[in-house]
Amino acid sequence: MALDYAHDIDITIRVNGRAVRAVVHPRTTLLDWLREEVGLTGTKKGCNEGACGTCTVLVDGTRMNGCLTLAVQCDGREVTTVEGLADGGELSPVQRAFRDLDAFQCGYCTPGQLVSATACIAEGHATDPATVREWMSGNICRCSSYPQITAAVLTAAQASR
Amino acid sequence: MIDFAYARAESESAAVAALADDHATVLAGGTELLNWVRLGIAAPERVVDIGGLDGLRGITRDGDTLRIGALTTLNEIGEHPLVVAHAGALASACLQAASAQIRNRATLGGNVLQRTRCAYFRAEEPVPWPCNRRSPGSGCAALAGLHERHAIFGWTDECVAVQPSDPAVALVALDAVVDVVGPAGPRPIPSTEFHLTPQEAGLREHRLDPDELIVGYRIPVAPTRQAYIKIRERASYEYAIVSAAAVVGGSVARVALGSVAGKPWRLPDLVDVPLTREALLPAVEERMADANPLPHNGFKVTMARNAAVRAVLTAGGDR
Repeated sequence: MALDYAHDIDITIRVNGRAVRAVVHPRTTLLDWLREEVGLTGTKKGCNEGACGTCTVLVDGTRMNGCLTLAVQCDGREVTTVEGLADGGELSPVQRAFRDLDAFQCGYCTPGQLVSATACIAEGHATDPATVREWMSGNICRCSSYPQITAAVLTAAQASR
Repeated sequence: MIDFAYARAESESAAVAALADDHATVLAGGTELLNWVRLGIAAPERVVDIGGLDGLRGITRDGDTLRIGALTTLNEIGEHPLVVAHAGALASACLQAASAQIRNRATLGGNVLQRTRCAYFRAEEPVPWPCNRRSPGSGCAALAGLHERHAIFGWTDECVAVQPSDPAVALVALDAVVDVVGPAGPRPIPSTEFHLTPQEAGLREHRLDPDELIVGYRIPVAPTRQAYIKIRERASYEYAIVSAAAVVGGSVARVALGSVAGKPWRLPDLVDVPLTREALLPAVEERMADANPLPHNGFKVTMARNAAVRAVLTAGGDR
């Protein structure tokens, strides 16, 4: 019962609602595939080892590090990136709250923060500042905008209720 | 990352059969394997993706046994009502591990197989210093180097690193059984015997053979009170300096320490010890009398003792 190994894998992933078919090398991470092959550069590459969280995307609605996920592992799944959060020209409640509350300085971590915050709220973990800090700890902000980020997540959570 | 060939296993038996190949490696969540490949810790020619084996996923109660599939993620375990109710130390350990987004990928089977976070070990190829685990016979840079976070039990000159898994510590305190499948069929391994220290087994880290697969865990369900205490340099998303899991039931308190050895370190059980700080401190100290710290990590003996006492008190004693 030998397995059928291959170096080129045919995958189809729905990215922000659009089916994308591709042939990928198995070592291609979801992060690299989104940026280099699909052209969605909103998702950022920071540490590339799961330490910073700026590559956070949703896979079937669940937040994950794009750098710790292979594209082949997402075959048949639905991936949402920061580009998929807004509804046409209308910012999502999380995006609006981050803008209104200045929840960033340099902005490099912001795509991951926005996607992670969207999931954090949907999970029900945006209840109070301590809980938000705990469940957002996988997204590092080296400008240290944490107070504003926490406030934005809580504000967006209220707006979503 | 080096290139490798990839295949999805359609069954548990197909996955086990594929592991007869010395150059094949299992991919579950991938949070460890991808970094191993990046650093050169692993260089698989073929990767077997077991992520589609839904039979290895899920949490059920079967009489007096809680069953957790090896592919269940840390967040699924940490927030599951059955785990919270019957294995609270494990739920807590899972939710204190890594970050929310890593916990959505990381599986229990993969988590316990994670390798040490020793910075000398986690170097990119070519490793610029001695490390017996990267290059057997080269020596141990941590032994005379930076080892504040290293072992206080079970180490040898060959390696002084610690096993970093949080869930593994809780599983050991809970007397869980690791269900393993290999070419000869199923093989249960007590979690207390799963990991190995350098004193016990040299550079071998655990009893899982290369052609075996962890398929799940069994945890006895009994009326107990439990806690998992993790001491770290920041409040979240950080590895433990030390940790302690306590499971208290009847007149027995079972305690396992984390990040103090090459395996979760189970202390001799505390039997008929009053659950007060005054009684527990000397009792734990006595059970840690064989601690043998390195020149720069003596503080971990005190810290581990205090974590153990606090875990027992948090689980169910006087505060």
